Amino acid sequence: MTLAPIDPAAGPAISDLDALEAEGIHILRELAAERERPVLLFSGGKDSIVLLRLAEKAFRPGAFPFPVMHVDTGHNFPEVVAFRDRRVAELGERLIVASVQASIDAGRIADVSGPRSSRNQLQTVTLLDAIAEHRFDACIGGARRDEERARAKERIFSLRDAFGGWDPRAQRPEIWDLYNARVRPGEHVRVFPISNWTELDVWRYVAREGLELPSIYFAHERSVFKRDGMLYADDPVIERLPGEEPFVTSVRYRTVGDMTCTGAVRSEAATLEQVVTEIAATRVTERGETRADDRASEAAMEDRKRDGYF
Amino acid sequence: MATSSASAPVATLVHGLLRVATCGSVDDGKSTLLGRLLHDTRQIADDQLDHVRDVSERRGTALDLALLTDGLRAEREQGITIDVAYRSFETPRRRFILADCPGHEQYTRNMVTGASTADAAVLLVDARHGVVAQTRRHLAITALLRVPHVLVAVNKMDLVDWDGGRFAEIAGDVRALAETLGVEDVACVPVSALEGDNVVEPSTRTPWYDGPPLVTRLEELPPESDDPDGPLRFPVQLVIRPLGEAGGGRRYAGRVARGTVRPGDAVVALPSGEEAVVAAVETLDGELAHASAPRSVSIVLDRELDISRGDVLCRTGAAPALTRELEATICWMGERHLRPGARLLLKHGTRTTRAIVEDVTERLHLQSLLGAPAPDGLALNDLGRVRVRVAEPLVADPYAESRAAGAFVLIDDATNDTVAAGMITSTTG
Ligand SMILES: Nc1nc2c(ncn2[C@@H]2O[C@H](COP(=O)(O)OP(=O)(O)O)[C@@H](O)[C@H]2O)c(=O)[nH]1
Repeated sequence: MTLAPIDPAAGPAISDLDALEAEGIHILRELAAERERPVLLFSGGKDSIVLLRLAEKAFRPGAFPFPVMHVDTGHNFPEVVAFRDRRVAELGERLIVASVQASIDAGRIADVSGPRSSRNQLQTVTLLDAIAEHRFDACIGGARRDEERARAKERIFSLRDAFGGWDPRAQRPEIWDLYNARVRPGEHVRVFPISNWTELDVWRYVAREGLELPSIYFAHERSVFKRDGMLYADDPVIERLPGEEPFVTSVRYRTVGDMTCTGAVRSEAATLEQVVTEIAATRVTERGETRADDRASEAAMEDRKRDGYF
Repeated sequence: MATSSASAPVATLVHGLLRVATCGSVDDGKSTLLGRLLHDTRQIADDQLDHVRDVSERRGTALDLALLTDGLRAEREQGITIDVAYRSFETPRRRFILADCPGHEQYTRNMVTGASTADAAVLLVDARHGVVAQTRRHLAITALLRVPHVLVAVNKMDLVDWDGGRFAEIAGDVRALAETLGVEDVACVPVSALEGDNVVEPSTRTPWYDGPPLVTRLEELPPESDDPDGPLRFPVQLVIRPLGEAGGGRRYAGRVARGTVRPGDAVVALPSGEEAVVAAVETLDGELAHASAPRSVSIVLDRELDISRGDVLCRTGAAPALTRELEATICWMGERHLRPGARLLLKHGTRTTRAIVEDVTERLHLQSLLGAPAPDGLALNDLGRVRVRVAEPLVADPYAESRAAGAFVLIDDATNDTVAAGMITSTTG
C-alpha cells in the first residue's frame, strides 16, 4: 500500500505534542482560576515532572498558584527524593511532604510487614489527611488514560467525595473544554492535565523539553532479586523470601513508585534517546511489566477488568 | 502496511492530533472494530494480547479482539458504567484520540460528549441491517455538534457475501440522510472488523470499492482548521502578575478560541470596551509572531487594562455585540426535567454567569432533528431549543460559525452537576 503524501502546506497548525501541551496548559489555568486551594501531587516520576513543566508554561513569569506535595512512603528511592528536593528548589516553589511514616507514628495507620508487604496502599490515608489538614479542594495528578481501563473513562476534572472516593456512575459529563470544577465543602476534584497523553508522548515530551529525570530511569548497575518474574531492588525495605538471591545487573525503571512494588527492567539504555527507542519498541505495558500493585489482583482477566485493568 | 511507532520514536508527528468519536448500536461490532484497529496498527502490547488469547481459548472462540476494548457487552455483564472511554493510538502519519461512545438509545448524552471535541466521527452500520434508527440518531448528533467529517464503516460485509450492490444501497441511504441533516462531509467504507478487511489493510474482496481503508481515510482527512482567519476571540483565563520588577507587566493568559492574534494587533477588551495594542504574544519558550486556536499563550498589552477572567479580547472593529439573551439548541443531561423558568449557571468560554431558561420552545426528534412543542419541558437525553437570559453579558458567536465561541454548558448550582450542553443559534443584546 502506498501512502499519498499529505500536503505540507495544508498541514496542521500545530504538532500533536503541541496540541497536547496546549490542552494541559489550558486545564491547569482553568483549575487555578476556578478552585481556591489546589495542590500539585508530585511523585518524582516522569509524569509529574511533565506536570511541573506544564505549570511553568501555564503560570510563568508568575508563581505557581499552588504548592507541590509529595506523599512519601518512607520507602521511596533515595535518588528520587533527592531529585524532588532539588527540582522544587530550582523552581522556587513550595514543597509539602506528607509522610506515611508520620501517619504510622501518629497511630493513624498500622505499618505493614513481611516479605510481600508494601506501604503503597497506606498512602491513601496520608494523602486524605493532608488534603483535610491543608483544606485542599483540588489535587493535580499525572495519571494518563492509557495506563489502565478504568482511567479511560475517568474525566479530566474528576470529583472525589469526602472519603476520596470516585463514583464512576456519578461522573459529570465533560463537554468541549468547558470543565466543571465545582465542589461542595469536604469534596475535592482530581485534575489530570495529561489524561490524553500516552507513555510515549511523555517520553517524547521529556526529550523535546530537555527535562531532567531521576537517574533510576536510565540503565545502571543495581543489586536486584527476582520475584514473580519481576526484578526488585535489593534493599532493606523489602524482605526477601528464601531462594530470592540478589544479583547485580544493568537495569532501569519504567515507572517510579514505592520501592516495594516497583520493578526494574533489564536494560542497557543509558541515554534518553536509547530509552525512548526501547520504550517505542517494547511489547509490554508499563504497568504489566513493572507494577506489582497491578499484578497482585491478576487472578483472571475478568476480575482485572472489573478492577479496571486495561 | 502500517508499522509500529518504533520507526520515529522521538519525532513529534507533524501531521498532528485527530480526535475521533466512534459510535454504533449494540452488536454492530464496534468493540471488534476498535480492537482490530489497535491490533493492526500494532498498538497492542504482548501482555494484553496474551490475555486476550487466553480468554478466547478458554471460551473456545477464535481470537476475540473485542476483548481488547472492553465492549459494551462486557460492560453490561460486569456492571461497569456505560460511559465514554478515551483511547489513544497512532500510526506513522497521525496521532489519534478515540472517544468511544456507547451507542445505546439512552445515551444521547454520551454521544454528545464524545462528539463535542471530535474532528471526525466513525459510525458503525451492520451491512445486514443497513441504516437503522440508531444510525439516524448518531448522524443527527454529529450534524448538531458540527463534527466536520463523518466516516460510516459498513461492517460485517463478510455476512452479506461482499455484495457491492448492498454496500452501494447503504451508502446511498447514508448520503441522502446526511443531506437532510446537513452533514457536509460523509464517506462510507465497506469493512469486516472480524476479518480485518479495509480497516487498516486494504481488502481484496471489495474490488468494487476504490477508496482506501478506514485508517487511511482518517490519516488523510484535512487537518482541522481552527478558523485561523476568523475574527479573534481570546477569552482571558487568568491574569498573571510577574514576580518582582524584572518580570515586566501583567500577562493575560488564555487559549485562542478563534482567529489569530499577532503583536501590533489593535484589540478591544469586552465587555468593558477598553482598547489597547498587543505588545507581545508570549509562551515560556519565547515570543510568537502569531498564535491561532488551540494554542495556549499569554498576551502582553501596551497598557494595563482592568481585565479579569471571563473577559474576551477581540480585534478592534471585529468584535461582536454583547449577548444578554440567546437562543440555543441543547442536549439536556439532568436527572430532573428542564422547565421554563429554571435558574442555572451558564459557562461559556471562561465566563460563568447566572442564567434563566426563559422558554423551552421545542423538543427535537432524535432522528430527524425536527422540532415539536415541548409542553413538558425536556427530560434526560432530550434535545431541544431554548431561550436563555444571562446575568452578565457574553461575548459569543453562533455555534455554526465557531464551536469554541458558540458552545456553553449549564450547571445546576444546587448539585454542581453539568446538566446541559448548549449550542448558540442566535444572540441578542
Ligand atoms: N461476521 C462478522 N461478525 C462480526 C464482525 N464484527 C463483529 N462481529 C461479531 O458481532 C458480534 C458483536 O460484536 P461486538 O464487537 O461485541 O459489538 P459491539 O456491541 O458493537 O461492541 C460479535 O459476535 C462479533 O464477533 C464482522 O465484521 N463480521
